[in-house]
Amino acid sequence: MSTDLVIEAEGLVKHFGETKALQGVDLAVPRGTVLGVLGPNGAGKTTAVRILSTLLIPDAGHATIAGFDVVKQSQQVRQSIGLTGQYASVDEDLTGRQNLVLFGTLLELGRKGARARAVELLEWFDLTDAADRPAKTYSGGMRRRLDLAASLVGRPDVIFLDEPTTGLDPAKREDMWDVVRSLVTDGSTVLLTTQYLEEADALADEITVIDHGRVIAHDTPEGLKRIVGGQTLEVRPADLARMEETATILGQVSTGVSGAVEVRKGMLAVPVADDSALTATVSRLASVGIGVTELSLHLPSLDEVFFKLTGRTASEDDTTVTKEVAA
Amino acid sequence: MTTATLTPQAPRTSVVPKAAEVARKPLPLVRHSLALAKRSLIKTWRTPEALIDVTLQPAIFLTIFVYIFGGAVAGSTSDYLLFLLPGILAQTIATGAIAIGVNLNTDLEKGIFDRFRSLPVPRSAPLLGAVLGDVVRYVIVIISTMGVGYAMGFRIQGSLLAAVGGCLLAILFALSLSWVSVFVGMKVRTSGAVQGIMFLIIMPLSFASTTFVAGATLPGWMQGFVKVNPLTHLVDSMRALFLGQPVGSHVWWTLAWCVGLVAVFMPLALRAYRKKV
Repeated sequence: MSTDLVIEAEGLVKHFGETKALQGVDLAVPRGTVLGVLGPNGAGKTTAVRILSTLLIPDAGHATIAGFDVVKQSQQVRQSIGLTGQYASVDEDLTGRQNLVLFGTLLELGRKGARARAVELLEWFDLTDAADRPAKTYSGGMRRRLDLAASLVGRPDVIFLDEPTTGLDPAKREDMWDVVRSLVTDGSTVLLTTQYLEEADALADEITVIDHGRVIAHDTPEGLKRIVGGQTLEVRPADLARMEETATILGQVSTGVSGAVEVRKGMLAVPVADDSALTATVSRLASVGIGVTELSLHLPSLDEVFFKLTGRTASEDDTTVTKEVAA
Repeated sequence: MTTATLTPQAPRTSVVPKAAEVARKPLPLVRHSLALAKRSLIKTWRTPEALIDVTLQPAIFLTIFVYIFGGAVAGSTSDYLLFLLPGILAQTIATGAIAIGVNLNTDLEKGIFDRFRSLPVPRSAPLLGAVLGDVVRYVIVIISTMGVGYAMGFRIQGSLLAAVGGCLLAILFALSLSWVSVFVGMKVRTSGAVQGIMFLIIMPLSFASTTFVAGATLPGWMQGFVKVNPLTHLVDSMRALFLGQPVGSHVWWTLAWCVGLVAVFMPLALRAYRKKV
């Protein structure tokens, strides 16, 4: 199945005046998988999504969705895609239901079909109670769910999610992740852009890292983590006298991964291969009776990823750009 | 605040087929434009304050002009009411076309048009729909202006059919003028600027015409402009149709202007819309 590419882009180039938003981007997404497109603000993620979803015409290169050319066969492409982003939104004066029915009508589901689909989606996204209120009265989380529901009206095979969780609190973020996972279980192919490595890791089968309109890395989450140093396990022992003992245990857990135990402000940090290190650590510490006040496993931040891949951090780069513009 | 939990699993089966597998139906432009016109109507219905320009404004204009200038301009307020009402109706309908450019400009900022453009609908359908949706606003102008006029003593002098014809002509003109507004709305950066520019266009058109006074009373250099002004032709057509007078060539000139405005500004507006991001 790996040759069955639903989203395929080759050498996409797009310039806006002096700004070179895309300078030759290749993307490939096999059917039924999630591609995470990772990059800082202004990397070109949104431009790429807008080209793939037929909103923009590339200056050079070409792309196909489900075999249809995004420029020459845009109508066919539009029948099979769903788009959720900061821009493709809903009408705030219309109710949630009216929005969904309108999009259903425009997708040729017919009057009855559009209504029935709206009911289905409102229920799925827990918006039934708010269905007949104007969208402008919705909370941020509800708005995001309605946006996503709006992009699923036509039961698209290919779904573009442009930073779907930016600005959402952690609980809502996980809700959104569950939705994305269930879409994939249903056979949809998802292209998701994000600024969070954690999000790409949680959802994506493969990750493409974009910077300055170019692909700078493409790998599985595992492969990418190998490049950037994987996850870090942090432990704060309750009893500071048992720091050394704890450090030894952590050293054993991290076997197989390069990197030593670091001590930062009463906190021990060690690079680990995967999530299993967490349970191993917990059980070992428990067996020798060491209590902990804090225990966490986290991925490198986008900054750290960029530092490893490009030798500079994403946020540093932003400052340089701003300075250049100001000068 | 309650935390909303989503049903984690998507419904396995859906009552509807996939949009990609639905057969395309004929006349997509007409059907989709009408669906989008309905959207405009819902918006109008939900924000009645956006109807002030087509309800209160003609009432206030009619009252002020008739009672303040009636005596001076026409000798009596009742005579002036007969003269002025068709003019106010035409003027209000023309100013009513400003709103569409302003609204579309706001819509573009909000991103709803990107949603439309990601759907398999003809590209111009959202614009056509918005223009068509405004017909209801123009009908409201006619009802409110006629209502106030009748309360003040205005009576249609000619046949009812002719008067209805006059109203339809006014709506047709407003729909044509809408494309100027849509074009400006697509080209200008802020909705405030759309309002300003359209006002600058509509103001001279409505005052340097036969809306308020007979053309013969105006200075010679201005009469040249007044004679070609589309508002003059519209006002004179409506006046003749309302008061049972001969219409002359005014109706034809008005129709010619409608065709001209649509022929020039509709393609320009659609092009500007396609270029917009």
